[in-house]
This record gives sequence, structure tokens and C-alpha cells, in this order.
Amino acid sequence: MHLKYESQLREPLVSGNKDYHQVSEDICRPIEVKPTKLWYVGFFIAITFLCFGVYCVYREVTYGIGQWNLNKTIGWGWDITNFVWWVGIGHAGTLISAILLLFRQGWRTGVNRAAEAMTIFAVMCAGQFPVFHMGRVWMAFFVLPYPNTRGPLWPNFNSPLLWDVFAISTYLTVSLLFWYSGLLPDFATVRDRAKTKLRKMLYGVAAFGWTGSTKHWQRHESLSLVLAGLSTPLVLSVHTIVSFDFATSVIPGWHTTIFPPYFVAGAVFSGFAMVQTLMLMLRKVFLLEDYITMGHIEAMNKVIVLTGSIVGVAYLTELFMGWYSQNKFEGYTFWYSRANLFSPYGWSYWGMMACNVISPQIFWFRKLRRNIYVTFFMSIIVNIGMWFERFVIIVTSLYRDYLPSSWSPYYSPTIWEMGFYLGTFGLFFTCFFLFAKYFPVIAIAEIKAVLKTSGENFKETVGKEEEMQPETFAHEYAHAH
Amino acid sequence: MAKKKFVVGCFDDEAVLFPAVKKVRTAGYKIHDIYTPFPVHGLDHAMGLRETSLHTAGFIYGITGTTTALSGIGWVFTKDWPVNIGGKPHFDLPAWIPITFELTVLFAAVGMVLTFCYLCQLSPFIKKHHFHERATDDLFVMVIECTEKTNSDDLQAFLRTNGAVEVNVQNAEPGWWLGLYGKEDQLIRDTQVVA
Repeated sequence: MHLKYESQLREPLVSGNKDYHQVSEDICRPIEVKPTKLWYVGFFIAITFLCFGVYCVYREVTYGIGQWNLNKTIGWGWDITNFVWWVGIGHAGTLISAILLLFRQGWRTGVNRAAEAMTIFAVMCAGQFPVFHMGRVWMAFFVLPYPNTRGPLWPNFNSPLLWDVFAISTYLTVSLLFWYSGLLPDFATVRDRAKTKLRKMLYGVAAFGWTGSTKHWQRHESLSLVLAGLSTPLVLSVHTIVSFDFATSVIPGWHTTIFPPYFVAGAVFSGFAMVQTLMLMLRKVFLLEDYITMGHIEAMNKVIVLTGSIVGVAYLTELFMGWYSQNKFEGYTFWYSRANLFSPYGWSYWGMMACNVISPQIFWFRKLRRNIYVTFFMSIIVNIGMWFERFVIIVTSLYRDYLPSSWSPYYSPTIWEMGFYLGTFGLFFTCFFLFAKYFPVIAIAEIKAVLKTSGENFKETVGKEEEMQPETFAHEYAHAH
Repeated sequence: MAKKKFVVGCFDDEAVLFPAVKKVRTAGYKIHDIYTPFPVHGLDHAMGLRETSLHTAGFIYGITGTTTALSGIGWVFTKDWPVNIGGKPHFDLPAWIPITFELTVLFAAVGMVLTFCYLCQLSPFIKKHHFHERATDDLFVMVIECTEKTNSDDLQAFLRTNGAVEVNVQNAEPGWWLGLYGKEDQLIRDTQVVA
């Protein structure tokens, strides 16, 4: 007897012969065994990067942002590039956890937990850049609107930079709440399986005393749905507001209305690439191939080719507008500073084009979408390409402004500026390694909920029944109750 | 506090659980709760539980956020410290939309999660009675409250014939840490059972 039904044409979301207990076993195993050598090596490397990043930030705080190669013309260099890049990475997590929940995409269950963890860590990394770019970081709280003794002097609520403060902090808070509320039942599973007292205690605290009561589940479902509904416009708003940082200015190359949708598509594009990078490693290291299947990877590659093409259309539209507007400054920025390969930064524009627009087109082929090595390689390429996109937008628009006498000489970052970026990689991977070791990396309860419709062995049973003659079916099941 | 007696029946398949819920309820027993490892759709209806109104609370928190943002920024920019920004109007509503939206979402999300934790009595360092440790793994644990009239042996046998793979009797202190609902949540008069 089956309560739910899913078409046989759909690929199973969970492969292998699984029952509910096996799902708990598979997903809790990495938490319950000692970490592998590979984990220690990775964790150590991440910590090393983090420490170097902390040192770079220390230098920046002590000596000021002159430590980075920024100057009066290029005021936003690597740091804001990195900020936008990291925020963009975060977007895929929310897309998977929220937007695909509203669209009832079953495949999200396998990857949403880790993707959302990625979102949270990425946003944490992103936040570092604008905060330290302020220069006097100990004054960072001035951006908050609170009654103060300076007047009170309020921040400018009409400024996109303040909108960013609200957008990024709301995004981090809401993602964290969404993620943690989903984790409660799974922490309870780990708690109830725990063999040692310490683990039972720790996961007991983390699980908030979750029992699995039907009423609690009912509220939990309602909560998840509403949080998904809230996160969906939220995630679109976040990158829209990030794009406003540029679009509301009067810098050629930034002053365009296409920015919000173009930035959101780019964010999802780069985020999915990062999800691919992480998931491919996760499924391999923790033996989760049954839960993160080729079907999942293919679905994500489809998103990558779609969003990559949207971004490509945006690039071409910009070039077109650079000509069509007949604005000399726009034309100079787009056709000289960017599209001309032989201009000082032309290499970055064409690097971006090659990585973001041309190379993802290979995912029109099913064989390549379902190839792990190609996917992994492409995920790195897309991440590099999307970093270049932000670099191109920021640096090529800034380095030659309206006044040729203040044109900047060639901008290249210092080791401290690069070290800060590497440091956020350290932070990101330190968090991700800890997450992978101590948290259920796949939503256990959600997998169980789709197991009997989308599990391979259950689909097989249903498939056999469908092919049965009515008489045989009646004979088999007449005494089931 | 006096301890209460509960009969616990564990099921390993939700397809067996649904008819059992129906039978237990028609037999007149009071289901205290069913603990499941994942959300079983339709089980709340089968138990006759009221729909949750958490989303309504979320809406109220949301509009609180909207009002806070609009009135706060409005007060600052028109009354407290009107700044001339490029000759633009002081009451500059379109420019306030982003922050207003963010605060709406923030208030709704934070408020809902706190309300959720309050209603379900979830917090760190809380002690609850767990009827079966496999309720978060692979068992659907039906807990039936015993009154003076209940013959627990009969009830156990009844659960067994309805497909329970494991039955037992447990004593637990009644109180909110059991996860008891308010009176209005246990609407037994709604007897339409969906299975």
C-alpha cells in the first residue's frame, strides 16, 4: 500500500536499497566516526589560510587601507570585488532551500542542507570586506541607526550602502534561522542515536528538546513554508540592493537599469558553481553518492547553463547599449576599457566572457552534464569567471574616470589585499569542514519524507505493481489488511 | 506531581499507522500524540488537530516590521533631523522601500521562529519525556493517554492487532514538557478522519 505516488519516468532521488533506518545510518555515520586523515589535512590548510587572513586584516587595521593598493581613482578594488563575489555565492543556497521548495522540486532535499550552510558561511565572509574597507573598523557601528550623542546623527536611509547593511544582515539572520530550524529534527536524530554521554548532551542542547510530535511537525512545516516564502523575495532583494551600490551612481558602466536582474542571475550562476564544487567533494568523502546522485548534479548543471546564458545576454545587452546610447563615456568604458582585448584590462573582460558565457555552453550536452570531472572542472571555471565579472565591473569603470589627469596607473593588488581574500577562503572552509564533521550534511527528515515516493527500491516495487495484471494484483493484495 | 499513565504503540510504516489512528479514535481512546521521524502529511488531519495559525502570527510580525521601518525613517527624515540630500524631498518614500522590505522580512522571520519555539516549548537545556528513542529514526510512536476506565492490557492488544510492532506502558509526569497542547488544539469533535 502506498500513500503517495510519483511517475516512474522520474529518476529516483535516493538510489540503493534504503529504508528509514538506513537513511539515518548513512547520514549520521560521518558524525559518529573519527574524521579521516583527509579531513584533518583539509582542516589544517583552511586554518592556515584563516590565520594568514587574520594577519593581513591586522595590518590593514593598523596601517589603514593604504595597505591595499587602492588609490583615489580606484577606491574599490579587490575587496568590493570579493564582497560581491561572496554574496553571490550565497545566493544558490537560498535558491535551493527556498525557491525550489516553493516550486516543489524534490531534488533539493539532497543538497539543501549543505547548500544553505554554504550560504551562511559565504555571507559571513562577504560581510568582512565592506566592514574592513571602512578603514576605521572600530567605528563600524556608526552604520546602525541608534539614538546617539552626536545629534543624534542618523545614517542616510536613502543610501544604497545603508540598504546593503540592512539587506546583508537580514539575509544572514533569516538564512541562519531557516537553516537551524531545519536542523532541529536532525540534531534530535543524532542525539537519540548517541552512544556517549557527552554527545547526547551536546546534541540534546542543539536539538532544543525536539520530540517529533505531530503538532510540532505541523508547525514546523508551516514555518518552513513561510520562511521559504520570505527568503525568496529576500534573496532577490539582496543582490538587487548590491547592484544598486553600482547602479545608482553616475559612473559609466555602472549606471544601468539592467543591473538588478543581471546581478541576481550572476549570483545564482556563481553560487551553483560553488555548490557543485562542494557537493562533489562531500559525496565522495562521506560516501553519500546515493543521496547526491547524478540526477542532482545534472539538475544543477542545467541551472548553470541557464543562468550563465542569462548573464551572457546581459553582457551583450550592455555592449549594445554602450553603442546605442551614443554616450561617449559609456562607449569608452564598454568598447575600449572592456571589450578591447588590448586595453589594460581587456584580458579580464575576455577571461570573464570565456569562463561565464562560452564554456558553460558545453552543458547543453547530457553526457557532459552527467560527467563528474567535467562538472568539477566547470564549477571552478565558473567561479573564476564570476570573480572576473565583478573585477571587470569595478576596476574597468573606475580606473579612467571623467578627468584624465586623475586616471589611475595600472592597479594591481598587494599581497595583503590578496591575503585577506585567501583568509576568507580559510574562514569559509574552516566553517565548512566543521559543519561537515559535526552536522548532518543532508536533511535526514526531508529525505525520509520523499523516500517512499522517490527512493529507488520503492519506485521499483511500484513499477512492478503497475505492470501486474489486475487479477494478480488483487490476488497479491486482497489480504493486505 | 502525580504521574500519568500512557500506552505507547510503535509502528514501522506510515501506511499501517493511518488506519490504526482511525481505529483508535473511533474506539474512543484519546491520542496524546504521535511522534514521527519526519512530517507525515495528513496525519494532523487524521488525528483531528486544528490547523496551525503560525503563519498569521508571521503576517502580524511582518507588518510590525513594515510599520517600524516606515515610521522610524519617516520620523528621522522629516521631524528629527531633516537633511537636505541633493534637494530631494524629505519624505522620500521610494528610497525607503528597500529597508522597509528588509525589516518586514526580518521581523516576520525572527518573530515566527521565536513563536514556533515558544509554542513547541523548544529551547536548549530543556528536558522532555521521550517515549521512544527510535521516534526520530524509523518508528512512528503513538502515545495514548490512559484514564481510570482504560484497561491498558486491552489497549495494548488492540494496538498490536492494528499493526503496532512494539507496545508498552509508560508513566510520565503530565506537564508542558510532554508537549501537551492547549485545549483548543485537541478538537476531538472533528471526527472526519482522512486516511
